[in-house]
Amino acid sequence: MLHPDAKLAANIFDNPAAQTTREGFGRGVVEAGEQDERVVVLTADLAESTFAHYFQKKFPERFVQVGVAEQNMATVAAGMANYGKIPFFTSYATFSPGRNWEQIRTTIAINNVPAIVCGMHAGVSVGPDGATHQALEDIAMMRALPRFTVISACDAEEGRKATLAAAKLGSPVYMRFGREKTPIMTTADTPFEIGKANIFWESESPAVAIFATGPLVHNALLAARELEGQGIGVTVTNVHTIKPLDQTIVDIAKKAGAVVTVEEHQIAGGFGSAVAELLARECPLPIEFIGVHDMFGQSGTPKELIAHYKMDAPSIIEAVKKVIARKS
Amino acid sequence: MEPLTDREIRELSHKAHAIRKTIIEMLAAAGSGHLAGPLGMADIFTALYFHILKHDPKDPEWSERDRLMLSNGHITPVRYATMAHAGYFPVEECLTLRKFGSRLQGHPEREKLPGVETTSGPLGSGLSQASGYAYAARMDGKTFRVICLMSDGEQEEGNTWEAAMFAGKYRLTNLTAIMDRNNIQIDGNTEDIMPLEPLRDKYEAFNWHVIEVDGHNIPQFIAACDEARSIREKPTIIIAHTTPGKGIPTIENDYRWHGTPPGKGPTDKVPAEKQKEVFLQELETSGK
Repeated sequence: MLHPDAKLAANIFDNPAAQTTREGFGRGVVEAGEQDERVVVLTADLAESTFAHYFQKKFPERFVQVGVAEQNMATVAAGMANYGKIPFFTSYATFSPGRNWEQIRTTIAINNVPAIVCGMHAGVSVGPDGATHQALEDIAMMRALPRFTVISACDAEEGRKATLAAAKLGSPVYMRFGREKTPIMTTADTPFEIGKANIFWESESPAVAIFATGPLVHNALLAARELEGQGIGVTVTNVHTIKPLDQTIVDIAKKAGAVVTVEEHQIAGGFGSAVAELLARECPLPIEFIGVHDMFGQSGTPKELIAHYKMDAPSIIEAVKKVIARKS
Repeated sequence: MEPLTDREIRELSHKAHAIRKTIIEMLAAAGSGHLAGPLGMADIFTALYFHILKHDPKDPEWSERDRLMLSNGHITPVRYATMAHAGYFPVEECLTLRKFGSRLQGHPEREKLPGVETTSGPLGSGLSQASGYAYAARMDGKTFRVICLMSDGEQEEGNTWEAAMFAGKYRLTNLTAIMDRNNIQIDGNTEDIMPLEPLRDKYEAFNWHVIEVDGHNIPQFIAACDEARSIREKPTIIIAHTTPGKGIPTIENDYRWHGTPPGKGPTDKVPAEKQKEVFLQELETSGK
């Protein structure tokens, strides 16, 4: 059943409201700007797509248009953060942190200045734009960087809260957001703290612990409900902070004895890898990985692509059954 | 600023000479690092730290200080040596360059040594950091200047020109860029590796005010910095023509010494084991 502490939306399974996580960012960064005048927002010719235009409209004097130049954007932001501003810089994740990763490494991570990288259009759910614009490697490249916190919001509301929290953190942050409207699962009352995972679903005697990140958390919940009907209990934990990873994952995994990870990202180096690294050290268990298996995306509707790359609810159900069969 | 007296010019030249000596000694002790660029920029660094910059060696974090950002981090030995001679830390500490546990990292790191302002090394991203810094400072009405030193080789990086466009668009008049135009890079002469000229025309086309100086003529360089301060419409770049390896005739203008310390360089003129000693002698002679 849905975990009461998560205070999730009542209509989570029944025609839930939908909004893009990037719009959650757009609303959150305006609030962050209201709370702290050091907050500035940069974009590389994508003000509307990144929802930076909300901030542009509210605080034109604190909005910086850098043109199509992501390397410049990252380093201008680094200079601003070095001075004492709190810059959020926005583009598509394939370009930022994709194209400007070295600049981020040197001038933000090694330099240790609190700039916030906001990568939109993460995952195959970008849809018709095709493989070039579907970021599937960003978690891997950002969680490899010391000093970076890595956040992947499950819905627009969590995206808003994550943005507010990032502004207060005082160290480098990467946040990934999606293009497509996805179900709003959380409410204003749902707890959010960087580094703290939230259990969204808990069966009485779970056979599998599902750890999910990003909007696919909703597919994990759909799978959990279906599995419960089949007499298979699971937990679904929303892991919005991929780095630092919440160590309570170990206890949740131990209790179930098997794990499925869910992410809209390459399996190599992604969220599932982070979970596997932790569990291999603390309590080796069978794990199945939902995500993209060493392939690029392609054009299509988000729904077609999520199904094709086996990240839909039926694929999660299949993975749960497979990992149960592997339990010794 | 008032023009320098002859005596002041002589004093600055002596400082530059002492800094060059320290550079040779610290690189020989490190056994790796770049020699030609630091020697070529010693006069400019001397002018900056002993005449141009508003700064306080005893308070490197002083909020109103001018910010000196070094984009081509590999010439950091000249910055370390100059900072030491200016009183930021003891000159002897220069001998820890590139050693385990040293504050003097092979390429500068902001958090390791107060006063280095930013982390750099990978080329092409200093001008944009300096631009972001200058932009932010102007938002808050700050009056200090942001100065970015960069190499000619890194004009081959796309990021440099993205920054040039940005600083031009936003008329960052509180920003001065200084390019070390020494015509060499690791693999050869710049005009063979990737022709850069006409650099003046390029920056003018990007809406910069351009001044060219002899980078070893301290009064000329100081006058250029004064002129940069007076330009109210555009950012200014000073293209400083320098001689790589300046002060050691054996290595001057020889690109093979771009990234090599004394004791590890080409041996066709001076055997490796004699390089430090010979270079220090040549420096003494050329300084007279």
